[in-house]
Amino acid sequence: MKTTGLQSVVSTFGEVKSRAESQWQELRNSGKPVIMVGAGTCGRAAGALEVLRAIKDELKKQKLDCSVVEVGCMGHCYAEPLVIISKPGYPSIGYGHVNPVIAERLIREFILGDNLCLEFVLGALEQNDLIPSLSDFPRARFDKKVILKNCGHIDPEQINHYIANGGYAALVKALQMPPEAIISEVGRSGLRGRGGAGFPTGQKWENCRSALGRPKYVICNGDEGDPGAFMDRAILESDPHSVLEGMIIAGYAIGARYGYIYVRAEYPLAVHRVQVALRQARKLSLLGRNILGSDFSFDIRLFQGSGAFVCGEETALIASLEGEPGTPHHRPPYPATNGLYGKPTLVNNVKTLAYIRHIIENGAGWFASTGMERSKGTAVFALAGKVVNTGLAEVPMGTTLRQVVFDVGSGMQKGKRFKAVQIGGPSGGCLPESALDLPIDFDSLSHAGAMMGSGGMIVLDEDDCMVEIARYFLEFTQRESCGKCTFCRLGTKQMLEVLDEITKGKGRIEDIDMLGQLAEDIKAGSLCGLGKTAPNPVLSTLRHFRDEYEAHIKEGRCPALMCRDLIAYYIIPEKCERSCDACVGTCTTEAISTNKKRIKVIDQEKCVKCGTCLTSCPPQYQAVVRVSPPSEVPASK
Amino acid sequence: MAMTEEQAEVKRQTKRILNRFSSKRGNLVPILQKVQGKLGYLPREAMLEIAEFLGIPAIDVYSVVTFYNQFRLNPPGKHSLRVCLGTACHMKGGYITLDAWKRRLGIERGQTTPDREFDLDIVACVGCCVMAPVTVVDDKPQGKVEPTKVDGILLSFKLEKERQGGESQ
Repeated sequence: MKTTGLQSVVSTFGEVKSRAESQWQELRNSGKPVIMVGAGTCGRAAGALEVLRAIKDELKKQKLDCSVVEVGCMGHCYAEPLVIISKPGYPSIGYGHVNPVIAERLIREFILGDNLCLEFVLGALEQNDLIPSLSDFPRARFDKKVILKNCGHIDPEQINHYIANGGYAALVKALQMPPEAIISEVGRSGLRGRGGAGFPTGQKWENCRSALGRPKYVICNGDEGDPGAFMDRAILESDPHSVLEGMIIAGYAIGARYGYIYVRAEYPLAVHRVQVALRQARKLSLLGRNILGSDFSFDIRLFQGSGAFVCGEETALIASLEGEPGTPHHRPPYPATNGLYGKPTLVNNVKTLAYIRHIIENGAGWFASTGMERSKGTAVFALAGKVVNTGLAEVPMGTTLRQVVFDVGSGMQKGKRFKAVQIGGPSGGCLPESALDLPIDFDSLSHAGAMMGSGGMIVLDEDDCMVEIARYFLEFTQRESCGKCTFCRLGTKQMLEVLDEITKGKGRIEDIDMLGQLAEDIKAGSLCGLGKTAPNPVLSTLRHFRDEYEAHIKEGRCPALMCRDLIAYYIIPEKCERSCDACVGTCTTEAISTNKKRIKVIDQEKCVKCGTCLTSCPPQYQAVVRVSPPSEVPASK
Repeated sequence: MAMTEEQAEVKRQTKRILNRFSSKRGNLVPILQKVQGKLGYLPREAMLEIAEFLGIPAIDVYSVVTFYNQFRLNPPGKHSLRVCLGTACHMKGGYITLDAWKRRLGIERGQTTPDREFDLDIVACVGCCVMAPVTVVDDKPQGKVEPTKVDGILLSFKLEKERQGGESQ
């Protein structure tokens, strides 16, 4: 690149950056209190928008001048809606489980008065002498935020917030490097694709750069279809520019002119924020023709995925971009040489691209200093299920599962016993307690029968049936199979039927071997990752929880009391309180009646086993129980 | 066969949307999304119109429409109900909630009630796993929707309808 172009890049960006910084300084240091409301999808579902409205109304009523900022997701999903207040003279304080009433109180008592409202405090954001900070939480020992760093701390719809926090500096640096140097930097960092398969990113870039054929394309794969995974959504909603910056650098490195960012249409907020980000980046000449005055041009288009799990597979994703049904193609040729419209195409996951700016800015050595021998950097997990602190976590590779579940997640809900952790969604598996000390990296997890996948982690307790969860995932993959490969289309159907029978207590003992056989055949006979990994949930549960399968088959009993055909609800007459009618009133099918002694009885014929009576029975009686097998219910007199 | 008023309207609306696109095959999915966004579903006339515009066989449009979960072939109800069956929701009884909706509305998933009041479907995960089991009611995710809350939501719709009926009289 010509030196004049380079000088213009640096000086143009210098102006952009100083404008951004002064806007940021004005927000942080104007002496006005700053109120940040976490309004990602999860926050909104918990009522963040109502809280936001309440805050604005109350500020108007009290005639207070504060800056109110809508931010993304901080990762503390269990405490949504989350509000952060930075008042001059105080540390920034995070408040959890805020509702409109609490929000009004915070305004009246903390902003107007000086009462910290300690009862609602989650923790301070920085160390101080007043109250405990979030960094004192047990999880802070394991947290290492790289790509989640900005999430929840900047307004995702303000490009200046991003720039003031170091954004797009990596792009400027990259534009001054030869493309080969960028690729070798990414290669030396040891970054592996975060979409699940873990292919070395630097090598993918190299393959794409050296491929013949023009134009080349960069695609960001944000088709996060795993049920139970929401990391990509959170990043796109909370820090969209970090992904765009990664894409632009990738485009420069491989010599591409166009990029597509593929986001699920089921994520309307992410779609909206990416649209806003693209518009703002174009306006500042960070995207489009002659980026920052250089002779590099690159533009990105947003494409909304239409809801097909298989489109997370790169060749299927490309097919859907071309307007075809999303069925995968045989690889090789890989998209790096024959991708979109037959041209060289780089497909990277959202998280992979989000790491790029950090690697360019801090160097390959910095990135590689975290993590394991063959898995460098950090891992991002969406922690959900029966764990106390659900949410997003970013920890160094090599952290053990036990640390993630019990320290980051603070252990099990309601004091229940840990049974398994499901990792990697429908392509992954369930790992039992004995596997908890495994360090998390690409290789150890697949060794144990699970898979890194995209990072969904669901914690299961003693009330969760392992046969049922295997059946659930198979039902999902069976429904989402595109139908191209016979083994995947019909094999998963057969497996599902067998599992259905087992959960209904109609299984045969030889079914267990048949499941294993079918699983091997499906893996061997499928083209893409969906089919190759679809049997994993069954194989891993068979390996670690075979006794549960046997209980279903041999005794017609579901040990976790979950499979509806194998359980019954029963009201213990001795415990039932004559004057109480709670269950009768709540029963959705009028299956509960009162007998002559004023004791409640469930009509097993009418009962749909929804469990409402169990929750409605007042805790002091505990008269409703679940039993398995259903024959345990004593015959009524 | 003469076109009904509704079919003619569908054609008109579709054409208006097609004007904003070039006739590239790659535009098929975005076109379908826009048309469904406008009409709520993809009627036969709209698909025929799109096929003609892109110069591809109608069966190719139909194949794409039926492949992706987002597209629907029947008109939506006034209120949409999407039961989340993500892993966390499933483990916390999302399937029981789905049964409760089916029982109360008398329809299966993917269907609309005969009075076009409600349509029921499932969604693979809306990422609100913390509030499981979730039902997305008219695009707003509602947490902890168990069978009793199903009845509560239906009752609130009924009351609102009665109130509106009362006001208009």
